[in-house]
Amino acid sequence: MSDKKDDDLDYETTGHEWDGIKEYNKPLPRWWLWTFYATIVWGVIYTIAYPAWPGISAATPGLLGYSTRAEVAEDIARFEDANSGINAQLASVELTAIADDPELVQYAQNAGAAVFRTWCAQCHGSGAAGAKASGYPNLLDDDWLWGGDIEAIHETIAHGIRNENDPDARYSEMPAFGDMLEGEEIAQVVNYVMSLSGEPQDASMVEAGETVYLDNCAACHMDDGTGDRWQGAPNLTDAIWLYGGDYDTLHETVTYSRFGVMPSWADRLSEAEVRAVAVYVHGLGGGEATE
Amino acid sequence: MSQSENQTPPSLYAAREPIFPKKVSGSFRSLKWIIMIVALGIYYITPWIRWDRGPQLPDQAVLVDLAHRRFFFFWIEIWPHEFYFVAGLLIMAGLGLFLFTSALGRVWCGYACPQTVWTDLFIAVERWIEGDRNARLRLHRQKKMDVRKIRLRLTKWAAWFLIALATGGAWVFYFADAPTLLVQLVTFQAHPVAYTTVLLLTATTFFFGGFAREQICIYACPWPRIQAAMMDEDTLTIGYREWRGEPRGKHRKGENADQLGDCIDCMACVNVCPMGIDIRDGQQMECITCGLCIDACDDIMEKIGKPRGLVDYLALSDEPRERAGEKPRTPWFHIFRVRTMMYTGLWALVGVGLVFALFIRPEIELSVAPVRNPTFVTLSDGSIRNTYDVRLLNKHGEDRPFRVSITGHPALRVQLEGTPYETVNVTANQMHLQRVYIVAPPNSVPARDERTDVRVWVEDLTSGARAHSDTIFNGSSN
Repeated sequence: MSDKKDDDLDYETTGHEWDGIKEYNKPLPRWWLWTFYATIVWGVIYTIAYPAWPGISAATPGLLGYSTRAEVAEDIARFEDANSGINAQLASVELTAIADDPELVQYAQNAGAAVFRTWCAQCHGSGAAGAKASGYPNLLDDDWLWGGDIEAIHETIAHGIRNENDPDARYSEMPAFGDMLEGEEIAQVVNYVMSLSGEPQDASMVEAGETVYLDNCAACHMDDGTGDRWQGAPNLTDAIWLYGGDYDTLHETVTYSRFGVMPSWADRLSEAEVRAVAVYVHGLGGGEATE
Repeated sequence: MSQSENQTPPSLYAAREPIFPKKVSGSFRSLKWIIMIVALGIYYITPWIRWDRGPQLPDQAVLVDLAHRRFFFFWIEIWPHEFYFVAGLLIMAGLGLFLFTSALGRVWCGYACPQTVWTDLFIAVERWIEGDRNARLRLHRQKKMDVRKIRLRLTKWAAWFLIALATGGAWVFYFADAPTLLVQLVTFQAHPVAYTTVLLLTATTFFFGGFAREQICIYACPWPRIQAAMMDEDTLTIGYREWRGEPRGKHRKGENADQLGDCIDCMACVNVCPMGIDIRDGQQMECITCGLCIDACDDIMEKIGKPRGLVDYLALSDEPRERAGEKPRTPWFHIFRVRTMMYTGLWALVGVGLVFALFIRPEIELSVAPVRNPTFVTLSDGSIRNTYDVRLLNKHGEDRPFRVSITGHPALRVQLEGTPYETVNVTANQMHLQRVYIVAPPNSVPARDERTDVRVWVEDLTSGARAHSDTIFNGSSN
């Protein structure tokens, strides 16, 4: 194996050579070896102290009893504890006074956004724009069925609409006029309703439609068609339609009526959470000032 | 291993050979002392420099405020989104190292690296307590642990420990108000993280400077391996003029000294080397080019009446000339070449760019993010509304009002969430998120058009400074 000796320096090489460059076969420092052994010992101790070895249903728990889930739970508890003061404040002040406290508004906006994404976005959409096809209202605009000040929004969220489990839920029911009016009358009243907001309509039917409207619809939607928030009756004169403002959709609405439902949240969320999401929704651009 | 019988295979592992560098004096040693004093001075004093920034901001000149995510450097304040400044500085540091390595080899390792500076300091303390090379060697070889040896060892370790503690202790002052933290540290009221950091850095300083020393450079540090790629035949590194020194030998009277080279094999260069190598073997991986062997050899050469520079900063490309008896070219010839010029150019380019960026940093910063979920909202009167998240940055030490306005189409109106006014108050040193609505009246051009270009303006009502950001208004045909 004399080829493994470097001629000049009298030192053993590994025998590897690249472009005339040879590699010394030099010893490793001994402390490095000890460091290597130390890492092995460390590794063994680690697997005993922490969850490590996989089993059939779970890994070994480790002597320290550490788990990432417990750590998350601890973090959540810590944050909830840190927020308990401001949550108590949010839940106890007058609803209308929240807007006067910038710190409270900021907190409620952020907390409310989180609550909204968790509980509300399924129907109202992550951007709160609703879904017209299913009649989930757009919360960004300035049109409100049951009222758009902070108290009305809070009431709607706390008790919901037309649900069966909250006696305080907002309730109203539009009759299905398919059973009560002739087909001709329905066509006439739909054309009249379209004329209220200036949509293109069959002018010949509008006059007869007005009579049908005043006899059947004005009790809830009012003589001028501006609706009634006490009954959740939509304003028919504006540019916003819950289910759609075209002839076919309106015809369907009048014939079969609608029955949109929202659950009550007072028993699922804390008062602070309900108020936070109310502040959030109120701040989406359509919130009204309290009268 | 089936090697020839009289050859034992080398051991797979080797214990560290202790090194006892001898005291030396000379120009390189003086330079190293100066660099050590300056470097340690900067390290220890910097956190204590005060810098007035007004009542709401820290008055520490250099502060890495992790909790508030700010970096303060004298008159410069860097926010997280301006971290590219730090990236730029790191690039400059990298290019600077390339430049110095290609010109002067491992000059960083030999003079400025903290490992070198602190090891140098630890060796100086060791020499001061235990004596110079021979005394330390004797102490090392003395097997018996008598009172003197125990006393010397304990004194040395105590001195090292105090230096290490001061090193680890100074580091944390860069991350908090130094006077406050010092009081907290000594009254045991500081955060556990501060104590952990001090402890860790004290331990590594003590161990790296006192015991690991050259092992860090040889085995732990990646930089020596990278540096080889930046050196070429014109790089000035420390070398031995073998053609002048060999054959080496003692110049004894009566022997034919005229047959010998200038090297008298006195081992002075080996004895002073902190890396424990013999520079006469040529360039080697362990050499950190600290220049101490040059000082040691020059001293000897002067004593025996030979010219200095038997061990010297040399460029490989000069070797054939010197062997032929010609003079080496000047160091400047080797330093000023295309490669180093290009490194300098790049380094300066990044530097000028950073300085430029620093001076054109806007006083007001805003970002406008259109909310696209949904792209537009129809209001009850048929107006079309778009929503924008406008982030306003107030870099001043006091609360300031900002006015928001838009240009783009005369029909468009601007509204701010939560206020009937067009001004918004931004707290000192804060980023404020303001929801801004732009509304197009029913049947107006922007309400009907697919898109309208809009420019959002922000005016600092205190200073009159204005800034703008361009965005898009989506109409109902979108």
